[in-house]
Amino acid sequence: MLKYLVGVLSLLLTVSTVYATDDRELVVYSGRSKGLIHPIIKQFEKETGITVKVRYGNTAQLAVALLEEGAESPADLFWAQDAGALGAVSKHGLFQNLPESVLAKVPAKFRNADGTWTATSGRARVLAYAPERVKTEEVPKSVFDLTDAKWQGRVGWAPQNASFQAFVTAMRVLKGEEKTKEWLRGMKANGAKTYPKNTPIIRGLAAGEIDLGLPNHYYLMRFKKSDSGFPVEQTFFSAGDPGNLVNIAGIGVLKSSTRTEAVNTFVEYLLSPKVQQFFISEVFEYPVTGAGIPSAKLLPPDELVKLTPEINLEKLDDLEGTLKLLREADIL
Amino acid sequence: MIYSETRSFPPWYFLVPGVAVGIGVILPLIYLLVRAFEAETEVLIQIIFRARTVHLLGNTLTLVIGVVGTGILLAAPLAWITTRTDLKGKRIFTLLGVLPLAIPGYVMAYALLGLSGPHGTFAILFGPSFPNLRGYWGALIALSFYTFPYFFLNLRTALMGLDPTIEESAYSLGGSPQTVFFRAILPQLRPALYASGLLVALHVLGDFGVVSLMRYETFSYALYTQYSAAFDRTYAAWLALMLLVLTGSLLYIEGRLLRGSKFHRAGSGVSHQASPISLGVWRIPTYLYLGVLTLASIVAPIVTIGFWTLKGVDSSHMQDFFRALSGSFLVSMPAAVLTAALAIPLAYLGVRYSSLICRTLERSAYIGYATPPLAFALALIFFFRGMAIYQTLWILIYAYTIHFLAEAIGPVRSALYQASPRLEEAARSLGYRPLRAFFKSTFPLLRSGVIVSTAFVFLAAMKELPLTFLLSPAGYETLAVNVWSYTTEAMFAEGARYALAIVLGSALFVGLLLMQDARTPHEYMEA
Repeated sequence: MLKYLVGVLSLLLTVSTVYATDDRELVVYSGRSKGLIHPIIKQFEKETGITVKVRYGNTAQLAVALLEEGAESPADLFWAQDAGALGAVSKHGLFQNLPESVLAKVPAKFRNADGTWTATSGRARVLAYAPERVKTEEVPKSVFDLTDAKWQGRVGWAPQNASFQAFVTAMRVLKGEEKTKEWLRGMKANGAKTYPKNTPIIRGLAAGEIDLGLPNHYYLMRFKKSDSGFPVEQTFFSAGDPGNLVNIAGIGVLKSSTRTEAVNTFVEYLLSPKVQQFFISEVFEYPVTGAGIPSAKLLPPDELVKLTPEINLEKLDDLEGTLKLLREADIL
Repeated sequence: MIYSETRSFPPWYFLVPGVAVGIGVILPLIYLLVRAFEAETEVLIQIIFRARTVHLLGNTLTLVIGVVGTGILLAAPLAWITTRTDLKGKRIFTLLGVLPLAIPGYVMAYALLGLSGPHGTFAILFGPSFPNLRGYWGALIALSFYTFPYFFLNLRTALMGLDPTIEESAYSLGGSPQTVFFRAILPQLRPALYASGLLVALHVLGDFGVVSLMRYETFSYALYTQYSAAFDRTYAAWLALMLLVLTGSLLYIEGRLLRGSKFHRAGSGVSHQASPISLGVWRIPTYLYLGVLTLASIVAPIVTIGFWTLKGVDSSHMQDFFRALSGSFLVSMPAAVLTAALAIPLAYLGVRYSSLICRTLERSAYIGYATPPLAFALALIFFFRGMAIYQTLWILIYAYTIHFLAEAIGPVRSALYQASPRLEEAARSLGYRPLRAFFKSTFPLLRSGVIVSTAFVFLAAMKELPLTFLLSPAGYETLAVNVWSYTTEAMFAEGARYALAIVLGSALFVGLLLMQDARTPHEYMEA
């Protein structure tokens, strides 16, 4: 047993030295999951010769870990799934300022005012509908119209979903607590059907269970990829409606990072036309730089900027308040 | 206990590992206290004394009681059937009682979620649907079906170690089957029930994977949403501390219940085995019960993983797969061996020495088990950031060891209870020095206990997520991390291979270990 232990431990020692870091590599904490970004990382390594070590995890947990690590973090970059987590790390002063050349590429709405983080791609809340049962001219113009008696029992939503909750947080910031609570209660009274997450909403629309739904924009596109005749469509509400919220995935550079050149190469790479195109065609997310071949299914970024409500995305970090409201309205 | 009065202070080679574990357990506590008292007093009072705390406490306790109760109901008949009846295929059913440990909780939860409800697989295949399994019932069923092996293994060992002469005497004194069971058998099963009940209860307290998928709010789920909802480390620390107070109470209760129990016999092994009971017409319901148990706890989750492969084209690379596979084994195996090795001195301290400090050191391992992994990981970041060993495999193995030690202590402790201290005393009287006397006399008797401990820790480590996420070297990947990464993006086809590898890899390793233990106690005696 003892011999075995010594053997295993010396093996470990060898392995841990292999894992030691050098200058031609980057450490990225990624709240974006491996399934989505692994191809990008592989391609970056191939093109630049820089090795990228990724710690995959949950965005919020990685943010808290960064707060604990403080100035001694081994991470160079934090790539987060939402703006709230970037805001939390930024608030504690752990991010460096991004170079002007990077910031210039991204519209102001999609980065923070201090220039400490930038979006890498966006995902929008949309209104999905079944064209067989809802005519184009009937489609509601505001998310607040959904409490109308006309839509009694015809709307599907997913109150447990994180993106839905971010949208409710945005509504609270934009329209106030009272109006949001009133809307939530109105929706419930109007018989909104609860689904566990976004994909079942789309399926429910196709199956005729509901006629309208509130998902993220890319789920329908995944369905349409394999079946172009899928009987569901989606659209935005009027410009500035909270129902059009565009949340982002974004990246920031840690102050503790000293590998300036490699770090900038990486961030610029993510904003390059090629990678933005990858987000459009593979992940079905919105580009944030205006680069990439415009897709028939996605609006160009400048139009998206007009549609999305005027909101500081870092304000979306008060999920606690939203959960409380959802519980009070007896929805969660 | 007679022997412990003569030796009240343990030798250094038992005490040092014990103290090391104690320190390992205290570090997270210090961290939590630091974070907990960062807020002002008024805010603290608002945080702690509110309806939500009571709500969480109620939810958590009802789940703990439910899972422990269900687990015993599932496991006890299986343990009895595989040890005391003439049923054919007992060896296979014994294996079936262990295999669910290889199923990650989150896979079990996915299986139930996929099966139930009007759109579930069950409804599609058979027509009638049963209600959506989520919330309390979903969490209860998922947790019960993969934790019942803890009860099964402990009860089985206890039943096999029972001296049948006690029952025989009870019968000869005119006892009915009921009185024999309640007066002669059940009291002897108590230590096994308490030990496994404690372990399962603590497992439920700390579980996050199942309760989050089932959306049932317990302390650990609230703890997690607290970190993600507000990046708030203060309230999260308080939730963790409340969880630990709950753990402390459970430990105290178990300690009180167990006090005064003495179970060892003069030698090892049993004078003779109880003669198997013929099942007769009960054979059919017995097979039915075994069939349903197997379907729910093993077949359903494996079929669910099978369905994943149909959900799309797997675009992941084999090279990545093998890296994750070796990553999992490279950290789980040393952690399992190290933990089992540490369990020996700790169990020894707890069983053979009556002093408060020794019992406290043994019990401290359970605190490590119940410390929410997320808080535990943050504590290690807090203490080790910037050091050379930070984010190396060393720290990950260290974290696994402290966290899973409680799972390893139980089986070693049971084995120690049945190994008489007189053997060791005899060895010493023959002139062996104490440590050598221990290795010559007691250690060989711990063999099967140590093997089960290694298996427990290995299985748990293969499935582990929160510690691996935050403490592994950057770029280091395990199977479990990949399952999580892919399934959260609904890329089930990619995740399937990794999930299957966890289940098969675990089953293989445990199979190999248990084969080492194929000998019966009688063969030990002769060997």
